[in-house]
Amino acid sequence: MNGPALAAIAAQLVVTVAGAPLLVGLMRQVRARLEGRAGAGVGQPWRDLRKLLRRPPVTPRGTGWAFRLAPLLLVGSALVLAAIAPLVTVASPLDALADLFAVVGLLALGTVTLALAALDTGTAFGGMGASREITVLALVEPTILVAGFALSARVGSTNLAAIVTATLHDPLRVASPASLLAAAALLIVVIAETGRLPVDNPDTHLELTMIHEAMILEYAGSDLALVELAAAMRLTIMLGLLASLFVPWGIAGASLVALPLAVVIFVAKVAALGAGLGAVEVFVAKLRLFRVPELLAGSFVLALLAVASSFFLA
Amino acid sequence: MTVIGWALAAACVLAGLGVLAAVGAPGRVRPAFVGWATAGIGVAGSVAGLAALRGETFQARLPGLLPLAGVQFDLDPLGGWFVAVSGGVLAAAAVYGVGYASHGHGPDARGVQAALPMFAVTVLLVPAAGSVSTLLVLWELMALTSLLLVLAEHRQRSAVAEAGWWYAALTHVGFVAILLGLVLYATSAGGGSFADLRAAHLSPGLRGGVFVLVLVGFGSKAGLVPLHVWLPRAHAEAPAPVSAMLSAAMVNLGAYGVIRLGFDLLGGGARWWWLLVLGLGAVSALYGILQAAVAADLKRLLAYSTVENMGLVFLGLGAAGIFAASHATTLAALALSAALLHVLNHAGFKALLFTAAGSVLRATGTRDLDALGGLRSRMPVTTALFAIGALGAVALPPGNGFGSEWLLLQSLVHARPTGGMVAAVAMPVAVAVVALTAGLAVATFVKALGVGFFARPRSDAADTADEAPLTMLVPMSLLALCCALLALVPAALGRTLSRAVTAATHAPADVVGGGISLQLAGIASTVSPLLIAVLLGATVAGVAAMVRLMTARVVRRRGAALWDCGAGQPTARMQYTATSFAQPLQRVFDDVLAPETDIDVTPHAASQYLVAQVAYRARVSDRVEHALYDPVLAAARRVGRLGPVLANGSVHRYLGYGFFGVTGLLLVLAVTR
Repeated sequence: MNGPALAAIAAQLVVTVAGAPLLVGLMRQVRARLEGRAGAGVGQPWRDLRKLLRRPPVTPRGTGWAFRLAPLLLVGSALVLAAIAPLVTVASPLDALADLFAVVGLLALGTVTLALAALDTGTAFGGMGASREITVLALVEPTILVAGFALSARVGSTNLAAIVTATLHDPLRVASPASLLAAAALLIVVIAETGRLPVDNPDTHLELTMIHEAMILEYAGSDLALVELAAAMRLTIMLGLLASLFVPWGIAGASLVALPLAVVIFVAKVAALGAGLGAVEVFVAKLRLFRVPELLAGSFVLALLAVASSFFLA
Repeated sequence: MTVIGWALAAACVLAGLGVLAAVGAPGRVRPAFVGWATAGIGVAGSVAGLAALRGETFQARLPGLLPLAGVQFDLDPLGGWFVAVSGGVLAAAAVYGVGYASHGHGPDARGVQAALPMFAVTVLLVPAAGSVSTLLVLWELMALTSLLLVLAEHRQRSAVAEAGWWYAALTHVGFVAILLGLVLYATSAGGGSFADLRAAHLSPGLRGGVFVLVLVGFGSKAGLVPLHVWLPRAHAEAPAPVSAMLSAAMVNLGAYGVIRLGFDLLGGGARWWWLLVLGLGAVSALYGILQAAVAADLKRLLAYSTVENMGLVFLGLGAAGIFAASHATTLAALALSAALLHVLNHAGFKALLFTAAGSVLRATGTRDLDALGGLRSRMPVTTALFAIGALGAVALPPGNGFGSEWLLLQSLVHARPTGGMVAAVAMPVAVAVVALTAGLAVATFVKALGVGFFARPRSDAADTADEAPLTMLVPMSLLALCCALLALVPAALGRTLSRAVTAATHAPADVVGGGISLQLAGIASTVSPLLIAVLLGATVAGVAAMVRLMTARVVRRRGAALWDCGAGQPTARMQYTATSFAQPLQRVFDDVLAPETDIDVTPHAASQYLVAQVAYRARVSDRVEHALYDPVLAAARRVGRLGPVLANGSVHRYLGYGFFGVTGLLLVLAVTR
């Protein structure tokens, strides 16, 4: 592995780890301002993480290795994703690993470990959160893969870097109906997978509405810090992937020179997406849990339409 | 004689010894003798299968063994693939069975024990059959011996007998279909050996008819919806080692039959055949995993997951057939490789899961997930092994199911340039089905592992469970090792797979290759499960080390009571159960599953406004069974009720039947001659 390659991986890792809490802070700040509050500032999530890392983790009695291992696996899988996904560059030496199905599988693996940990606590809240999260996961899966089908069919590969490169070579593709429909479908999926409104409210602790928060209630100290960091990283990676797939311009190639600029552009793109999501969240209410499948079915129809139009309109 | 010949002969001799031991040995040592003999049969089968996969061929004719047709064996790499898979499963499950039967668990009756080696050897010989009559005889022997094995515990539970009825009826419906199809084929071809069938030229209509008949027959063995109803019953009620053998070895032969007949003997065929196979596979995969997702009985859940996985295999076969019909040979070989690899992967993780479920049943006496929990501290090894199997079953990256589902998805996604209109519509839908199946499989196995093994025990039986003995843990660990190897280096099987595929399609099929990463011919996608696993391990270790360093100054990790939002210590009954875990999914798929719920409110004696008791019952029954089989059974019962009316004991009436019967026959003969 040569210098530029290592630098590219390091850049992606540093940007996602350092930037993820800032993205969460930015989204909260945008919401706060639009709701007429001062807000805690963009750096608040980092301050929270620093505080949590100084506290000892707590192992509740009656829990086992699944509970202990989940935060590590969650961060581990997020780090692997940050290293292999084409976020800042398409020339990472680990690009060969960034297969669409493998990336989707790694994202799901993180969710599964957290759900198992939640079940491991043996509390009603843990079980409730796990059950809801897994239901949402099962229902978003078809949308992701069918949208991926629409994007990869004409490239001839399901490698994410190959898809991004193909879009760079043929910019008009982004404006094709297939691409637009797939983008809409994947946006809904990202909202559902990262637990944002209207599927899940990240700020709630009300039993009727919790999904993600219900699973992590028993975590404390550095364990909780890891879980929070991983959640923020997953949000960053998914928004970053969305940006790379549909607005790939500015992503770096093999050269080291373009890397700093690519990092800046990546940060700008993800920040814009995050701010947009935060702004929209001010105006929508959370859906009832049993209305969520309707939303996901809608996204699935969009994905199917994307495939259909990629066949018949291209 | 070749290696295959010796190995198969050894298997037959061992089967004879096993039967002798079952009949002659005293009860205490009987399961051990029979178990080790069966394990030997399994090992011999693996040796024969691997030799066939290396390219060695084997042909044998034993004309004296069966009147008229004789017995003919012919093992090629395609058959070798299934023989090797079955052999491995049989060996592991048989050794496990020795441990399972010790301490008074499991079957030790003479008949059941004698059926075990017979069953093992027939499972191994079916893919080696080289003629129609040999195949049919072995197929029926396999059905009968497996029926005896399913019925092993019929004295303990009444549900076993019911399962036996269903299995016997459906396996014979399947047998009749295969018999009709193959006899039709053989008479038109003018010979019963597979070489004759291969050379025959049939009209397209007849070929289609033969294919549909054998598809029904082999589909019933593979548990395709709507012929699956026996499977969740038989696999759940059989003793655990038998469940593993049925689910991981026998059902595969349904797929073998369709590949042998459809690709090899009938040589591909029309596109509608394979659309039918694809559709049946897709429906089975979805319906199977949906039922598994809402099942609360651990073995029933695993059995429905078998329906799902066989559905995925048939989906792959259907896709391969559609590609072959549109002359996309690379994609056809890829889809067929995916199906074969999935047969192997499924055999690995399902044998492991069923044996783990068996040790839970042995330790706690229950299969009900709602009564389990907390097993990870009492049975740590079994829990870890079940987790490895579950990881394979959910098809997520460091699990062995991922490799074959990835291959399947690759073949479906790249269908575009060649497939035409049919592929354009069928393939995206198939991708969606595979994806939804994978998502629901995640829900199913998170439930099985999280509710069944984690959290706190929900019953005394689960609280006092003991770890299984070494004779059970060692074969389970070997299965887990196989799963891990399959998960990490699936590419190592590329050459072997291509030989098996070539034997089926008679076309060069070098599509799957690569070393550390899985690479495909003609498709740019790659994936490397090994690197992903290594990276995951490295990052997890790195993060753990980093957190340890950063928090070294602060107090160590400490134990505390569950917080649970400050509500105080929750009791074990306040946990989520398997039923409650699956409730959102059940509600989402309400229209498909049609669950039955019942609420009885008993008012207080003093006032009807005071509630004394509320009883709530919810049950998800098999809807296909109700819709399809209940009317048939009711009609059969009505016909049966005619019996006492027609035969009321009057001799005059019987004489009348005789008279009119004979005159009627004479009249028919007079008119037609």
